[in-house]
Amino acid sequence: MLSELKSKLLAESCEEYLCQLFDRIEKSSLNAFTTLAKESALKEAKLFDKNPGRGLLAGVPIAIKECISTKGIETNCSSRILRGYIPPYDAHVIERLKAEGAIIMGKTNMDEFAMGTSTETSCFGPTKNPWDHTRVPGGSSGGSAAVVAGGIAPCSLGSDTGGSVRCPASFCGIVGLKPTYGLVSRYGLVAYANSLEQIGPLTHTVEDTALLMEVISGHDERDSTSATGTRRSYLPGLQDGVAGLKIGIPKEYFGEGVDSDVEKAVWAAIHTLESLGASWQEISLPHTRYALAAYYVIAMSEASSNLARFDGLRYGSRQGEDKDWHTTFSEIRAKGFGPEVKRRIMLGTYALSAGYYGRYYLKALQVRTLIKEDFQRAFKEVDLLASPTMPIPAFKIGERINDPLSLYMADVFTVPINLAGVPAISVPCGFAERLPVGLQLMGPHFGEGAVLRAAQAFEAATPFHEAKPEVV
Amino acid sequence: MITREDVEHISWLASIKIEDEEKDELVEHFNSILEYFHQLDEVDTEGVKPTYRVVDLANIFREDAAYESLPQDQALKNAPRTENGYIKSPRIV
Repeated sequence: MLSELKSKLLAESCEEYLCQLFDRIEKSSLNAFTTLAKESALKEAKLFDKNPGRGLLAGVPIAIKECISTKGIETNCSSRILRGYIPPYDAHVIERLKAEGAIIMGKTNMDEFAMGTSTETSCFGPTKNPWDHTRVPGGSSGGSAAVVAGGIAPCSLGSDTGGSVRCPASFCGIVGLKPTYGLVSRYGLVAYANSLEQIGPLTHTVEDTALLMEVISGHDERDSTSATGTRRSYLPGLQDGVAGLKIGIPKEYFGEGVDSDVEKAVWAAIHTLESLGASWQEISLPHTRYALAAYYVIAMSEASSNLARFDGLRYGSRQGEDKDWHTTFSEIRAKGFGPEVKRRIMLGTYALSAGYYGRYYLKALQVRTLIKEDFQRAFKEVDLLASPTMPIPAFKIGERINDPLSLYMADVFTVPINLAGVPAISVPCGFAERLPVGLQLMGPHFGEGAVLRAAQAFEAATPFHEAKPEVV
Repeated sequence: MITREDVEHISWLASIKIEDEEKDELVEHFNSILEYFHQLDEVDTEGVKPTYRVVDLANIFREDAAYESLPQDQALKNAPRTENGYIKSPRIV
Protein backbone atom coordinates (compact mmCIF):
# COMPACT_ATOMS: atom_id res chain seq x y z
CA MET A 1 0.00 0.00 0.00
CA LEU A 2 2.50 2.66 1.10
CA SER A 3 5.04 1.65 -1.55
CA GLU A 4 2.31 2.02 -4.20
CA LEU A 5 1.28 5.34 -2.66
CA LYS A 6 4.88 6.56 -2.82
CA SER A 7 5.08 5.83 -6.57
CA LYS A 8 1.70 7.49 -7.09
CA LEU A 9 2.81 10.61 -5.22
CA LEU A 10 5.92 10.84 -7.40
CA ALA A 11 3.99 10.29 -10.61
CA GLU A 12 1.07 12.54 -9.74
CA SER A 13 0.71 15.28 -7.12
CA CYS A 14 1.13 15.02 -3.37
CA GLU A 15 -0.78 18.28 -2.89
CA GLU A 16 -3.73 16.96 -4.86
CA TYR A 17 -3.77 13.68 -2.92
CA LEU A 18 -3.65 15.53 0.38
CA CYS A 19 -6.45 17.89 -0.71
CA GLN A 20 -8.61 14.87 -1.50
CA LEU A 21 -7.89 13.41 1.94
CA PHE A 22 -8.73 16.67 3.73
CA ASP A 23 -11.89 16.93 1.68
CA ARG A 24 -12.95 13.45 2.80
CA ILE A 25 -11.98 14.24 6.39
CA GLU A 26 -14.21 17.31 6.41
CA LYS A 27 -17.15 15.23 5.15
CA SER A 28 -16.40 12.31 7.47
CA SER A 29 -18.82 11.54 10.32
CA LEU A 30 -16.39 9.23 12.16
CA ASN A 31 -15.23 11.92 14.63
CA ALA A 32 -11.76 10.42 14.32
CA PHE A 33 -9.59 13.52 13.81
CA THR A 34 -9.39 16.06 16.61
CA THR A 35 -6.92 18.63 15.25
CA LEU A 36 -5.99 19.07 11.61
CA ALA A 37 -2.63 20.45 10.49
CA LYS A 38 -3.95 21.31 7.06
CA GLU A 39 -1.89 24.42 6.40
CA SER A 40 1.50 22.96 7.35
CA ALA A 41 0.69 19.66 5.62
CA LEU A 42 -0.24 21.34 2.34
CA LYS A 43 2.90 23.45 2.53
CA GLU A 44 4.99 20.27 2.90
CA ALA A 45 3.09 18.67 0.03
CA LYS A 46 3.86 21.61 -2.27
CA LEU A 47 7.54 21.36 -1.34
CA PHE A 48 7.46 17.63 -2.11
CA ASP A 49 5.86 18.25 -5.50
CA LYS A 50 8.62 20.73 -6.37
CA ASN A 51 11.45 18.68 -5.01
CA PRO A 52 10.58 15.15 -3.82
CA GLY A 53 12.95 13.93 -1.14
CA ARG A 54 14.40 10.46 -0.89
CA GLY A 55 13.26 9.57 2.63
CA LEU A 56 11.63 6.21 3.38
CA LEU A 57 8.31 8.03 3.76
CA ALA A 58 8.83 10.93 1.38
CA GLY A 59 5.48 12.65 0.82
CA VAL A 60 3.48 10.08 2.83
CA PRO A 61 0.76 11.68 4.99
CA ILE A 62 0.37 10.22 8.48
CA ALA A 63 -2.11 10.77 11.35
CA ILE A 64 -0.83 10.96 14.92
CA LYS A 65 -2.54 10.00 18.19
CA GLU A 66 -3.38 12.95 20.44
CA CYS A 67 -0.87 11.91 23.14
CA ILE A 68 2.25 12.13 20.95
CA SER A 69 3.86 15.58 21.08
CA THR A 70 3.91 17.49 17.80
CA LYS A 71 5.72 20.83 17.69
CA GLY A 72 3.26 23.61 16.89
CA ILE A 73 0.23 21.28 16.73
CA GLU A 74 -2.10 21.00 19.72
CA THR A 75 -1.52 17.84 21.78
CA ASN A 76 -4.25 17.41 24.36
CA CYS A 77 -4.63 13.66 25.03
CA SER A 78 -8.37 14.20 24.35
CA SER A 79 -8.57 15.79 27.81
CA ARG A 80 -10.07 19.12 28.84
CA ILE A 81 -7.11 19.71 31.15
CA LEU A 82 -4.72 19.96 28.17
CA ARG A 83 -6.93 21.85 25.72
CA GLY A 84 -4.87 24.51 23.99
CA TYR A 85 -1.50 22.97 24.86
CA ILE A 86 0.89 23.39 21.93
CA PRO A 87 4.14 21.49 22.46
CA PRO A 88 7.31 23.48 21.81
CA TYR A 89 9.07 20.27 20.67
CA ASP A 90 8.51 17.08 18.67
CA ALA A 91 8.43 13.57 20.11
CA HIS A 92 11.31 11.36 18.96
CA VAL A 93 9.02 9.43 16.61
CA ILE A 94 7.84 12.68 14.99
CA GLU A 95 11.43 13.79 14.44
CA ARG A 96 12.10 10.41 12.80
CA LEU A 97 8.98 10.63 10.60
CA LYS A 98 9.86 14.15 9.45
CA ALA A 99 13.47 13.15 8.78
CA GLU A 100 12.14 10.47 6.41
CA GLY A 101 9.85 12.94 4.65
CA ALA A 102 6.46 12.00 6.16
CA ILE A 103 3.78 14.70 6.34
CA ILE A 104 1.88 15.13 9.64
CA MET A 105 -1.85 15.47 8.79
CA GLY A 106 -3.19 16.06 12.27
CA LYS A 107 -4.11 14.42 15.54
CA THR A 108 -6.52 11.59 16.22
CA ASN A 109 -9.11 11.01 18.90
CA MET A 110 -8.38 8.68 21.83
CA ASP A 111 -9.64 7.68 25.23
CA GLU A 112 -8.71 10.49 27.61
CA PHE A 113 -5.01 10.00 28.51
CA ALA A 114 -5.21 6.58 26.77
CA MET A 115 -7.36 5.19 29.58
CA GLY A 116 -9.94 3.05 27.85
CA THR A 117 -10.81 0.34 25.37
CA SER A 118 -13.42 2.17 23.32
CA THR A 119 -12.43 5.84 22.65
CA GLU A 120 -15.58 6.83 24.52
CA THR A 121 -13.84 8.65 27.39
CA SER A 122 -12.51 11.37 25.05
CA CYS A 123 -13.55 14.97 25.81
CA PHE A 124 -14.41 15.19 22.08
CA GLY A 125 -16.98 12.39 22.29
CA PRO A 126 -16.69 8.87 20.88
CA THR A 127 -15.17 7.95 17.53
CA LYS A 128 -17.33 5.67 15.39
CA ASN A 129 -16.26 2.32 13.98
CA PRO A 130 -16.09 2.61 10.16
CA TRP A 131 -17.65 -0.88 9.87
CA ASP A 132 -20.70 0.05 11.93
CA HIS A 133 -21.29 3.59 13.13
CA THR A 134 -23.23 2.42 16.18
CA ARG A 135 -20.14 0.59 17.46
CA VAL A 136 -16.87 1.64 19.10
CA PRO A 137 -13.62 1.54 17.11
CA GLY A 138 -11.78 0.07 20.10
CA GLY A 139 -9.30 2.04 22.11
CA SER A 140 -7.51 3.80 23.25
CA SER A 141 -6.04 4.60 19.80
CA GLY A 142 -9.54 4.45 18.26
CA GLY A 143 -9.09 7.58 16.15
CA SER A 144 -5.80 6.32 14.70
CA ALA A 145 -7.44 3.02 13.70
CA ALA A 146 -10.65 4.57 12.34
CA VAL A 147 -8.84 7.06 10.06
CA VAL A 148 -6.88 4.22 8.42
CA ALA A 149 -9.81 1.78 8.18
CA GLY A 150 -12.10 4.60 7.00
CA GLY A 151 -9.68 5.61 4.23
CA ILE A 152 -9.04 9.17 5.42
CA ALA A 153 -5.35 8.61 6.25
CA PRO A 154 -2.99 6.04 4.74
CA CYS A 155 -1.30 5.19 8.06
CA SER A 156 -1.07 6.38 11.64
CA LEU A 157 0.70 6.08 14.95
CA GLY A 158 -0.95 5.03 18.19
CA SER A 159 0.32 4.03 21.61
CA ASP A 160 -0.23 0.74 23.40
CA THR A 161 -0.21 0.54 27.20
CA GLY A 162 -2.47 -2.51 27.60
CA GLY A 163 -3.68 -3.15 24.05
CA SER A 164 -4.40 0.36 22.81
CA VAL A 165 -2.93 -0.24 19.34
CA ARG A 166 -3.95 -3.89 18.92
CA CYS A 167 -7.54 -3.57 20.19
CA PRO A 168 -8.60 -0.83 17.72
CA ALA A 169 -6.64 -2.55 14.93
CA SER A 170 -8.66 -5.70 15.65
CA PHE A 171 -12.03 -3.88 15.92
CA CYS A 172 -11.40 -1.87 12.72
CA GLY A 173 -9.90 -4.66 10.59
CA ILE A 174 -6.38 -3.29 10.12
CA VAL A 175 -2.81 -4.12 11.21
CA GLY A 176 -1.39 -2.80 14.51
CA LEU A 177 1.88 -3.56 16.28
CA LYS A 178 2.92 -3.13 19.91
CA PRO A 179 6.74 -3.23 19.77
CA THR A 180 9.07 -4.70 22.40
CA TYR A 181 9.31 -2.36 25.39
CA GLY A 182 12.26 -0.04 24.78
CA LEU A 183 12.41 -0.46 21.00
CA VAL A 184 10.68 2.85 20.22
CA SER A 185 11.61 5.96 22.19
CA ARG A 186 8.87 7.32 24.45
CA TYR A 187 10.41 10.81 24.39
CA GLY A 188 7.48 13.14 23.76
CA LEU A 189 4.79 10.53 24.44
CA VAL A 190 2.62 11.90 27.24
CA ALA A 191 3.09 9.30 29.99
CA TYR A 192 0.18 7.27 31.36
CA ALA A 193 1.82 4.04 32.61
CA ASN A 194 5.43 4.39 31.60
CA SER A 195 6.67 0.87 32.40
CA LEU A 196 4.07 -0.62 30.03
CA GLU A 197 3.63 1.65 27.03
CA GLN A 198 5.11 1.78 23.56
CA ILE A 199 4.27 3.75 20.42
CA GLY A 200 3.24 1.56 17.48
CA PRO A 201 2.03 1.80 13.86
CA LEU A 202 -1.50 1.21 12.51
CA THR A 203 -1.64 0.38 8.80
CA HIS A 204 -3.48 -1.52 6.08
CA THR A 205 -0.73 -4.07 5.52
CA VAL A 206 2.02 -5.83 7.43
CA GLU A 207 4.62 -4.45 5.04
CA ASP A 208 3.50 -0.89 5.88
CA THR A 209 3.88 -1.64 9.58
CA ALA A 210 7.39 -3.00 8.93
CA LEU A 211 8.21 0.17 6.99
CA LEU A 212 7.00 2.44 9.80
CA MET A 213 8.96 0.37 12.34
CA GLU A 214 12.04 0.84 10.19
CA VAL A 215 11.55 4.59 10.69
CA ILE A 216 10.41 4.96 14.31
CA SER A 217 12.51 2.32 16.12
CA GLY A 218 16.03 2.84 17.37
CA HIS A 219 17.95 4.19 20.32
CA ASP A 220 17.27 7.63 21.78
CA GLU A 221 19.21 8.76 24.80
CA ARG A 222 16.38 11.07 25.93
CA ASP A 223 14.40 7.95 26.95
CA SER A 224 16.32 6.16 29.69
CA THR A 225 14.48 2.91 28.91
CA SER A 226 15.41 3.05 25.21
CA ALA A 227 17.11 -0.16 24.09
CA THR A 228 20.73 0.11 23.02
CA GLY A 229 22.58 -2.09 20.58
CA THR A 230 22.55 -2.42 16.85
CA ARG A 231 19.73 -0.87 14.85
CA ARG A 232 17.35 -3.50 13.58
CA SER A 233 15.80 -3.71 10.15
CA TYR A 234 12.35 -5.14 9.40
CA LEU A 235 11.86 -5.10 5.64
CA PRO A 236 14.63 -7.56 4.68
CA GLY A 237 13.43 -11.11 5.37
CA LEU A 238 9.79 -10.04 5.64
CA GLN A 239 8.79 -12.37 2.79
CA ASP A 240 10.71 -15.39 4.08
CA GLY A 241 7.59 -17.31 5.10
CA VAL A 242 6.77 -19.50 8.10
CA ALA A 243 8.17 -22.89 7.05
CA GLY A 244 9.50 -24.63 10.15
CA LEU A 245 8.15 -21.99 12.53
CA LYS A 246 6.75 -23.36 15.80
CA ILE A 247 3.61 -21.62 17.03
CA GLY A 248 2.30 -22.04 20.56
CA ILE A 249 -1.43 -21.83 21.24
CA PRO A 250 -1.91 -20.67 24.84
CA LYS A 251 -4.92 -22.63 26.05
CA GLU A 252 -5.86 -19.87 28.52
CA TYR A 253 -6.64 -17.56 25.56
CA PHE A 254 -9.48 -19.71 24.24
CA GLY A 255 -12.77 -21.00 25.58
CA GLU A 256 -14.91 -19.28 28.18
CA GLY A 257 -15.65 -15.62 27.44
CA VAL A 258 -14.46 -15.81 23.83
CA ASP A 259 -17.08 -15.16 21.14
CA SER A 260 -17.56 -18.35 19.09
CA ASP A 261 -17.14 -16.59 15.72
CA VAL A 262 -13.91 -14.98 16.98
CA GLU A 263 -12.62 -18.35 18.10
CA LYS A 264 -13.52 -19.94 14.75
CA ALA A 265 -11.76 -17.22 12.77
CA VAL A 266 -8.62 -17.50 14.89
CA TRP A 267 -8.46 -21.30 14.60
CA ALA A 268 -8.92 -21.01 10.83
CA ALA A 269 -5.97 -18.60 10.85
CA ILE A 270 -3.83 -21.06 12.82
CA HIS A 271 -4.67 -23.75 10.26
CA THR A 272 -3.75 -21.37 7.43
CA LEU A 273 -0.34 -20.83 9.04
CA GLU A 274 -0.03 -24.61 9.37
CA SER A 275 -0.79 -25.05 5.65
CA LEU A 276 2.00 -22.55 4.95
CA GLY A 277 4.54 -24.75 6.73
CA ALA A 278 4.34 -23.71 10.39
CA SER A 279 3.55 -26.21 13.12
CA TRP A 280 1.47 -25.55 16.21
CA GLN A 281 1.18 -27.02 19.67
CA GLU A 282 -0.92 -26.19 22.70
CA ILE A 283 0.99 -24.59 25.54
CA SER A 284 0.08 -23.01 28.87
CA LEU A 285 0.64 -19.53 30.29
CA PRO A 286 -0.62 -20.45 33.75
CA HIS A 287 -0.75 -16.97 35.32
CA THR A 288 -2.90 -15.45 32.55
CA ARG A 289 -5.97 -15.15 34.74
CA TYR A 290 -4.14 -12.80 37.12
CA ALA A 291 -2.76 -10.54 34.38
CA LEU A 292 -5.73 -8.20 34.20
CA ALA A 293 -5.75 -7.40 37.93
CA ALA A 294 -1.96 -7.01 38.04
CA TYR A 295 -2.06 -4.79 34.95
CA TYR A 296 -4.72 -2.45 36.33
CA VAL A 297 -3.00 -2.11 39.72
CA ILE A 298 0.30 -1.22 38.04
CA ALA A 299 -1.23 1.04 35.36
CA MET A 300 -3.34 2.97 37.88
CA SER A 301 -0.43 3.35 40.30
CA GLU A 302 1.85 4.69 37.58
CA ALA A 303 -0.96 6.93 36.30
CA SER A 304 -1.48 8.49 39.73
CA SER A 305 2.16 9.51 39.74
CA ASN A 306 2.49 10.50 36.05
CA LEU A 307 -0.69 12.59 36.01
CA ALA A 308 0.30 14.51 39.15
CA ARG A 309 2.03 16.95 36.78
CA PHE A 310 -1.30 18.24 35.47
CA ASP A 311 -1.82 21.11 37.85
CA GLY A 312 -2.64 23.92 35.44
CA LEU A 313 0.60 25.73 36.26
CA ARG A 314 2.98 25.07 33.35
CA TYR A 315 0.32 24.14 30.81
CA GLY A 316 -3.35 23.40 30.60
CA SER A 317 -6.44 25.08 31.87
CA ARG A 318 -6.39 27.40 34.88
CA GLN A 319 -9.44 29.53 35.39
CA GLY A 320 -10.86 31.79 38.05
CA GLU A 321 -9.30 33.29 41.15
CA ASP A 322 -6.42 31.46 42.77
CA LYS A 323 -7.16 30.10 46.23
CA ASP A 324 -4.64 28.30 48.40
CA TRP A 325 -2.25 25.88 46.69
CA HIS A 326 -4.09 22.61 47.36
CA THR A 327 -7.60 23.94 46.73
CA THR A 328 -6.55 25.58 43.46
CA PHE A 329 -5.04 22.36 42.10
CA SER A 330 -7.85 20.17 43.35
CA GLU A 331 -10.41 22.35 41.57
CA ILE A 332 -8.42 22.56 38.31
CA ARG A 333 -8.04 18.77 38.29
CA ALA A 334 -11.70 18.20 39.17
CA LYS A 335 -12.78 20.31 36.18
CA GLY A 336 -10.07 19.11 33.79
CA PHE A 337 -10.19 15.32 34.15
CA GLY A 338 -13.06 13.08 33.07
CA PRO A 339 -14.57 10.36 35.31
CA GLU A 340 -12.38 7.42 34.16
CA VAL A 341 -9.16 9.38 34.56
CA LYS A 342 -10.23 10.49 38.05
CA ARG A 343 -11.13 6.91 38.93
CA ARG A 344 -7.74 5.58 37.85
CA ILE A 345 -5.71 8.35 39.51
CA MET A 346 -7.64 7.91 42.75
CA LEU A 347 -7.43 4.11 42.78
CA GLY A 348 -3.71 4.33 41.96
CA THR A 349 -3.25 6.83 44.77
CA TYR A 350 -5.01 4.42 47.11
CA ALA A 351 -2.93 1.42 45.94
CA LEU A 352 0.28 3.34 46.65
CA SER A 353 -0.86 4.87 49.93
CA ALA A 354 0.58 3.99 53.33
CA GLY A 355 -0.50 0.54 54.45
CA TYR A 356 -1.66 -0.67 51.01
CA TYR A 357 1.54 -0.54 48.96
CA GLY A 358 2.50 -4.15 49.75
CA ARG A 359 -0.98 -5.53 49.29
CA TYR A 360 -1.61 -4.02 45.85
CA TYR A 361 1.38 -2.49 44.06
CA LEU A 362 4.17 -4.78 45.27
CA LYS A 363 1.96 -7.83 44.89
CA ALA A 364 1.09 -6.83 41.31
CA LEU A 365 4.79 -6.39 40.49
CA GLN A 366 5.49 -9.90 41.81
CA VAL A 367 2.66 -11.33 39.71
CA ARG A 368 4.16 -9.42 36.78
CA THR A 369 7.37 -11.44 37.30
CA LEU A 370 5.39 -14.69 37.14
CA ILE A 371 3.66 -13.59 33.94
CA LYS A 372 6.95 -12.58 32.37
CA GLU A 373 8.36 -16.00 33.30
CA ASP A 374 5.34 -17.72 31.70
CA PHE A 375 6.30 -16.08 28.41
CA GLN A 376 10.02 -16.85 28.84
CA ARG A 377 9.21 -20.54 29.38
CA ALA A 378 6.86 -20.59 26.39
CA PHE A 379 9.46 -19.04 24.07
CA LYS A 380 11.94 -21.81 24.97
CA GLU A 381 9.52 -24.23 23.33
CA VAL A 382 7.99 -22.22 20.49
CA ASP A 383 8.93 -19.27 18.25
CA LEU A 384 5.63 -17.40 18.41
CA LEU A 385 2.29 -17.50 20.20
CA ALA A 386 -1.09 -17.04 18.51
CA SER A 387 -4.44 -16.04 20.04
CA PRO A 388 -7.43 -13.79 19.45
CA THR A 389 -6.47 -10.11 19.94
CA MET A 390 -9.86 -9.39 21.54
CA PRO A 391 -12.29 -11.96 22.95
CA ILE A 392 -15.21 -10.17 21.26
CA PRO A 393 -15.85 -8.06 18.17
CA ALA A 394 -16.53 -4.32 18.47
CA PHE A 395 -19.32 -3.60 20.96
CA LYS A 396 -21.98 -0.89 20.82
CA ILE A 397 -21.24 2.71 21.78
CA GLY A 398 -22.61 3.16 25.31
CA GLU A 399 -22.89 -0.57 26.00
CA ARG A 400 -20.11 -0.83 28.61
CA ILE A 401 -19.08 2.69 29.50
CA ASN A 402 -21.05 2.85 32.75
CA ASP A 403 -19.57 -0.38 34.08
CA PRO A 404 -15.79 0.18 34.26
CA LEU A 405 -14.98 -3.42 35.22
CA SER A 406 -16.78 -4.86 32.17
CA LEU A 407 -14.67 -2.57 29.96
CA TYR A 408 -11.46 -3.67 31.68
CA MET A 409 -12.36 -7.33 31.04
CA ALA A 410 -12.14 -6.78 27.27
CA ASP A 411 -8.37 -6.28 27.66
CA VAL A 412 -7.79 -9.81 28.95
CA PHE A 413 -5.61 -11.01 26.01
CA THR A 414 -3.73 -7.78 25.37
CA VAL A 415 -2.48 -6.71 28.82
CA PRO A 416 -0.24 -9.75 29.53
CA ILE A 417 1.94 -8.70 26.57
CA ASN A 418 2.58 -5.26 28.06
CA LEU A 419 3.34 -6.76 31.47
CA ALA A 420 5.95 -9.03 29.85
CA GLY A 421 7.22 -6.28 27.52
CA VAL A 422 7.17 -8.57 24.47
CA PRO A 423 6.02 -7.57 20.96
CA ALA A 424 2.60 -8.48 19.51
CA ILE A 425 0.76 -7.70 16.31
CA SER A 426 -2.93 -7.80 15.43
CA VAL A 427 -3.77 -8.75 11.83
CA PRO A 428 -7.26 -9.09 10.29
CA CYS A 429 -8.25 -12.78 10.19
CA GLY A 430 -11.96 -12.81 9.39
CA PHE A 431 -15.34 -11.59 10.53
CA ALA A 432 -17.81 -12.20 13.33
CA GLU A 433 -21.16 -11.37 11.77
CA ARG A 434 -19.95 -8.38 9.74
CA LEU A 435 -17.37 -7.12 12.21
CA PRO A 436 -13.61 -7.62 11.82
CA VAL A 437 -11.70 -10.12 13.97
CA GLY A 438 -7.99 -9.81 14.78
CA LEU A 439 -5.38 -12.54 15.11
CA GLN A 440 -2.73 -11.74 17.71
CA LEU A 441 0.81 -13.01 17.10
CA MET A 442 3.26 -12.60 19.98
CA GLY A 443 7.03 -13.02 19.97
CA PRO A 444 9.92 -12.95 22.44
CA HIS A 445 11.73 -9.69 23.32
CA PHE A 446 12.99 -8.07 20.10
CA GLY A 447 11.31 -10.85 18.10
CA GLU A 448 9.54 -8.36 15.78
CA GLY A 449 11.27 -9.99 12.79
CA ALA A 450 9.51 -13.34 13.27
CA VAL A 451 6.22 -11.69 14.30
CA LEU A 452 6.13 -9.57 11.15
CA ARG A 453 7.25 -12.45 8.92
CA ALA A 454 4.45 -14.72 10.15
CA ALA A 455 1.90 -11.90 9.88
CA GLN A 456 3.09 -11.17 6.34
CA ALA A 457 2.82 -14.84 5.30
CA PHE A 458 -0.71 -14.98 6.73
CA GLU A 459 -1.76 -11.76 5.02
CA ALA A 460 -0.37 -12.89 1.65
CA ALA A 461 -2.43 -16.10 1.89
CA THR A 462 -5.73 -14.48 2.93
CA PRO A 463 -8.05 -11.75 1.59
CA PHE A 464 -9.09 -10.13 4.91
CA HIS A 465 -6.84 -7.06 4.71
CA GLU A 466 -8.48 -6.16 1.39
CA ALA A 467 -12.00 -5.93 2.84
CA LYS A 468 -13.15 -2.33 3.11
CA PRO A 469 -15.96 -0.94 5.24
CA GLU A 470 -18.76 1.09 3.70
CA VAL A 471 -17.96 4.40 5.33
CA VAL A 472 -20.10 7.49 4.96
CA MET B 1 -14.57 -2.03 52.12
CA ILE B 2 -14.08 1.51 50.90
CA THR B 3 -16.36 4.04 52.60
CA ARG B 4 -17.40 7.59 51.77
CA GLU B 5 -14.76 8.79 54.26
CA ASP B 6 -12.09 6.76 52.45
CA VAL B 7 -13.12 8.30 49.14
CA GLU B 8 -12.85 11.78 50.68
CA HIS B 9 -9.37 10.98 51.99
CA ILE B 10 -8.21 9.56 48.62
CA SER B 11 -9.59 12.63 46.86
CA TRP B 12 -7.49 14.81 49.16
CA LEU B 13 -4.36 12.69 48.58
CA ALA B 14 -4.89 12.77 44.81
CA SER B 15 -5.67 16.52 44.76
CA ILE B 16 -8.93 16.00 42.91
CA LYS B 17 -11.94 17.72 44.43
CA ILE B 18 -15.08 15.59 44.38
CA GLU B 19 -18.65 16.71 44.88
CA ASP B 20 -21.00 15.12 47.41
CA GLU B 21 -23.18 13.63 44.70
CA GLU B 22 -20.20 11.83 43.09
CA LYS B 23 -19.22 9.97 46.25
CA ASP B 24 -21.71 7.09 46.27
CA GLU B 25 -20.87 6.08 42.73
CA LEU B 26 -17.13 6.26 43.46
CA VAL B 27 -17.61 4.07 46.55
CA GLU B 28 -19.47 1.51 44.43
CA HIS B 29 -16.92 1.52 41.58
CA PHE B 30 -13.92 1.41 43.90
CA ASN B 31 -15.31 -1.53 45.84
CA SER B 32 -16.12 -3.57 42.76
CA ILE B 33 -12.70 -2.91 41.19
CA LEU B 34 -10.80 -3.57 44.43
CA GLU B 35 -12.74 -6.76 44.96
CA TYR B 36 -11.54 -7.87 41.53
CA PHE B 37 -7.96 -6.94 42.49
CA HIS B 38 -8.20 -9.17 45.54
CA GLN B 39 -7.91 -12.26 43.35
CA LEU B 40 -4.19 -11.45 43.36
CA ASP B 41 -4.24 -12.70 46.97
CA GLU B 42 -4.63 -16.25 45.61
CA VAL B 43 -1.20 -16.14 43.95
CA ASP B 44 1.71 -17.52 45.95
CA THR B 45 4.40 -14.86 45.56
CA GLU B 46 6.60 -15.97 48.44
CA GLY B 47 10.19 -15.21 47.41
CA VAL B 48 9.19 -13.81 43.98
CA LYS B 49 11.08 -10.65 43.04
CA PRO B 50 9.00 -7.70 41.82
CA THR B 51 9.45 -6.60 38.18
CA TYR B 52 9.79 -2.82 38.06
CA ARG B 53 11.05 -2.80 34.49
CA VAL B 54 11.09 -5.38 31.74
CA VAL B 55 14.30 -4.31 30.06
CA ASP B 56 17.63 -5.00 31.70
CA LEU B 57 18.73 -1.42 31.78
CA ALA B 58 19.67 0.36 34.97
CA ASN B 59 21.66 3.48 35.76
CA ILE B 60 21.91 4.72 32.20
CA PHE B 61 24.45 7.53 32.01
CA ARG B 62 25.23 10.03 29.32
CA GLU B 63 28.06 12.51 28.92
CA ASP B 64 27.71 15.48 31.21
CA ALA B 65 27.72 17.82 28.24
CA ALA B 66 25.64 20.97 27.91
CA TYR B 67 23.25 21.15 25.02
CA GLU B 68 20.80 23.73 23.86
CA SER B 69 17.59 23.82 25.87
CA LEU B 70 14.24 25.50 25.23
CA PRO B 71 14.46 29.29 25.23
CA GLN B 72 12.60 30.94 28.12
CA ASP B 73 9.78 32.35 25.98
CA GLN B 74 9.11 28.89 24.51
CA ALA B 75 9.22 27.21 27.90
CA LEU B 76 6.70 29.70 29.30
CA LYS B 77 4.46 29.82 26.26
CA ASN B 78 1.90 27.32 27.57
CA ALA B 79 1.83 28.58 31.14
CA PRO B 80 -1.51 30.30 31.82
CA ARG B 81 -0.05 32.76 34.37
CA THR B 82 3.47 34.15 34.30
CA GLU B 83 5.24 37.15 35.82
CA ASN B 84 8.71 38.53 35.02
CA GLY B 85 9.80 35.37 33.24
CA TYR B 86 8.53 33.07 35.99
CA ILE B 87 5.54 30.75 36.24
CA LYS B 88 3.12 32.20 38.76
CA SER B 89 1.78 29.69 41.28
CA PRO B 90 -1.02 30.08 43.78
CA ARG B 91 -0.09 31.25 47.28
CA ILE B 92 1.65 28.58 49.31
CA VAL B 93 1.70 30.26 52.74
